[in-house]
Amino acid sequence: MQLWLIPALPLAGFVINGVFGRRFSKAVVNTVAIGSVLLAFAWALKTVLALGETPISEHNFDWIVAGGFRVGCDFAVDRLTAVMLLVVTGVGSLIHIYSIGYMAHEGGYYRFFAYLNLFMFFMLTLVLAANYLVLFVGWEGVGLCSYLLIGFWFHKKSATNAGNKAFIVNRIGDYGFSLAMLLIVVTFGSLDFNTVFAAAASKPQGLLSAIAMLLLVGACGKSAQFPLYVWLPDAMEGPTPVSALIHAATMVTAGVYMVARSFPIYLHAPVALDRVAQIGLFTAAFAATIGLAQNDIKKVFAYSTVSQLGYMFLGLGTGAFSSGIYHLMTHAFFKALLFLGAGSVIHALSGEQDMRNMGGLRKKIPVTFWTLMCAALAISGVPPLAGFFSKDAILVAAYHHAPWMYWVGTITAGMTAFYVFRAMFMTFFGEYRGHEHPHESPAVITVPLAVLAVLSVVGGFIRIPVWLEKFFPAAEAPEEFSLVVISVAAGLIGIALAYVMYIAKPALADSISSNLGGLYRLVYNKYFVDEIYDATVVKPVVAGSRVVLWRGVDAGLIDGLANGVGSRSQGLGGWLKLLQSGNIRSYATWVLFGSVILVVALGLVGAVR
Amino acid sequence: MDVILFLIFAIIAVVCGINVVVQTHPISSALSLIGVMGSLAVLYLLLGAEFIAMAQIIVYAGAIMVLFIFVIMLLNAGAEAKRGRSLMAQLLGMPLLVAFLALVSYFIQRLYPSTTLVQFGAFKGGTAQNVGRALFTQYLLPFEVTSVLILIAILGAIVLARKELE
Amino acid sequence: MNGVPLTWYLILSAVLFSLGIAGFLFRKNIITVFMSIELMLNAVNLTFVAFSFQLKQVNGHLFAFFVMVVAAAEAAVGLAIILTVFKNLSTLNIDEVNSMKN
Repeated sequence: MQLWLIPALPLAGFVINGVFGRRFSKAVVNTVAIGSVLLAFAWALKTVLALGETPISEHNFDWIVAGGFRVGCDFAVDRLTAVMLLVVTGVGSLIHIYSIGYMAHEGGYYRFFAYLNLFMFFMLTLVLAANYLVLFVGWEGVGLCSYLLIGFWFHKKSATNAGNKAFIVNRIGDYGFSLAMLLIVVTFGSLDFNTVFAAAASKPQGLLSAIAMLLLVGACGKSAQFPLYVWLPDAMEGPTPVSALIHAATMVTAGVYMVARSFPIYLHAPVALDRVAQIGLFTAAFAATIGLAQNDIKKVFAYSTVSQLGYMFLGLGTGAFSSGIYHLMTHAFFKALLFLGAGSVIHALSGEQDMRNMGGLRKKIPVTFWTLMCAALAISGVPPLAGFFSKDAILVAAYHHAPWMYWVGTITAGMTAFYVFRAMFMTFFGEYRGHEHPHESPAVITVPLAVLAVLSVVGGFIRIPVWLEKFFPAAEAPEEFSLVVISVAAGLIGIALAYVMYIAKPALADSISSNLGGLYRLVYNKYFVDEIYDATVVKPVVAGSRVVLWRGVDAGLIDGLANGVGSRSQGLGGWLKLLQSGNIRSYATWVLFGSVILVVALGLVGAVR
Repeated sequence: MDVILFLIFAIIAVVCGINVVVQTHPISSALSLIGVMGSLAVLYLLLGAEFIAMAQIIVYAGAIMVLFIFVIMLLNAGAEAKRGRSLMAQLLGMPLLVAFLALVSYFIQRLYPSTTLVQFGAFKGGTAQNVGRALFTQYLLPFEVTSVLILIAILGAIVLARKELE
Repeated sequence: MNGVPLTWYLILSAVLFSLGIAGFLFRKNIITVFMSIELMLNAVNLTFVAFSFQLKQVNGHLFAFFVMVVAAAEAAVGLAIILTVFKNLSTLNIDEVNSMKN
């Protein structure tokens, strides 16, 4: 079963487009890029269909052989991988097709597709990996592609800054991941999933907790959980397809996948598992509050992504691993749709992103409107759309873990519904407040939107928990009807509230924001977290680098050493220069001196003899 | 007899040597140097080095010193004027010199006990015949090399001196 | 005593050599310095011949001979240099030949 083909196809696309793309016409670039991803999807589908009870594994070559420690380039497909594979390649293909239309008028066309293909390669490597090191290769690679794609419009300072920020914050997470890997090697002697997970039960809990916490640090960096979430909103500087693919559907889910994959370690380290749930829940609520007040449509969805990722972590942390993965899948559908739809709106308005300049677009771009409505209903947890099933499963599990988590989660669900529908109402209803000429997007854009809309509606019926039943230990909580009702009600209340504030009584929104002036400003400015980081972390580091390391060590010490050697030699030379007086008689005196010493030496030698 | 001759000529040599150093006018130094060479020639004879003694008189005293005197005349060198200004030489020179002399004498005394006695006629190997034989057999290469050396010296002297006369 | 101890010759040689050094160090006139050098060479010649006597070989004589030859060559060239120096600097003071200073 040629598993390596799955990542290799996009890699080939990257190489071809990257090297020759400049000379290709747009049609050729499209064919190469999208063809490679579609082929990868087809192959992945074939692999999944051929999957039976036992995982398919493939050992490609020995990478590291160092004494007793071996790491191979191993791929494996089991049920968890299957879900991820199909989501990544499927949603990825749709977004590739969408990009044809979205990036049609942009420069660097071939470069964009080349980077997208490279990203697919790394993401698929990450998903297919059968040991932590290959996973880490994919992990780092998607971070790199994220940086490249966020800073795609590299002429814009804000874009390159955002790219840097994403990469650096990711790096902090990667540091935790690397430490975790080192600990795993020390504890288990191998990085292979099978070896590690089989031996997990017998290792001391302290070690396992440490490993689990460090892995969590890595996951927080990649999946934008508190406190390492700050890069995701800024990542909206990249083109919208990038936001959809990387920062909604696939890359940010890598952390969730990694934690889910490592579930044997987490099951034996309950303290760490608890932390996962707490961080997830806190992030979900925290990000939702920020999303309430944002005016940029992409920023709203970005904070929504952070919040939904928090939900996934909550699911994982309460032991409902398959629910977390379930939500990962449904979230990929409706979040990608939300972003792509937002992209369609932005494209229709020729680049406008501020919702205060939108409105009344319902009639002007109907396809976009209806598909986005599906996504909005899905994310709000309205049955029977996809989001309802997955979010509900998580909330029920949360209740059985700790009831207060359920209540916070439900309120957050309400907030989710509120801000999404606020966005919908501000964008599509009322009077148009801008100056552009909105026009519907071409088919290459609307068809993927439609496909994703269908998936958002019916995707809930792909019963992932059942599919993954044998994989994860059965920790799924039984459904309780009352809990379901309450959470659905919360969603509906959110929608209603948004309707009231933005359609029925528009003035209400402004009056509330001015009455709660301080609170509003706090939320609008994202709780000044970025500013706090800047003051406490960034500035000291930069100051330290500049003053201590640059001026002190580099210029002072090292340059001083190098220059000092030079000037000392000069000084010494100047000294020795004085010996050369030009006076023959003093030279003669020196000669006499030397000869006296010689005589003494010879005499002594003679005396010894 | 040997002792008396040695002492006389040794004293002459030393006195003339001191004179070389002490006299202010170069011509006086040159004449004293000739005196030194003459007494050394006698001492060579006492040591049985006939050829060398003759060579000393002819070459050294006869040719080289004459050359010196010619140059002194040419340059119209007068008596030396004021004191020298080499601090190094003045400060360190005398002590070093004394040390040198003392050390060498000491070592000579230590290492070479006075058993060998020099008598006139005790060594008969310093004849011109012997020297010639050694010169043209054992020391042939240095001999040839020195001839080249002399040639170079002649050339050098001519070049240096000629430029000056133009 | 019917002979002179060899060491006396050697000490005489040392004394003459030291006198040569003294002249070299303490005199200012170039020509006098040169003559002191000649004095040193003569002292060395005496040593050679003295040892030749002791070892009953003629090699020392040969050495002394070569020294003489070289001294002659050296005197010729050296005096030519002195003439040139005098031409350029108009002085016979050795302390003023100091363009190599520093």
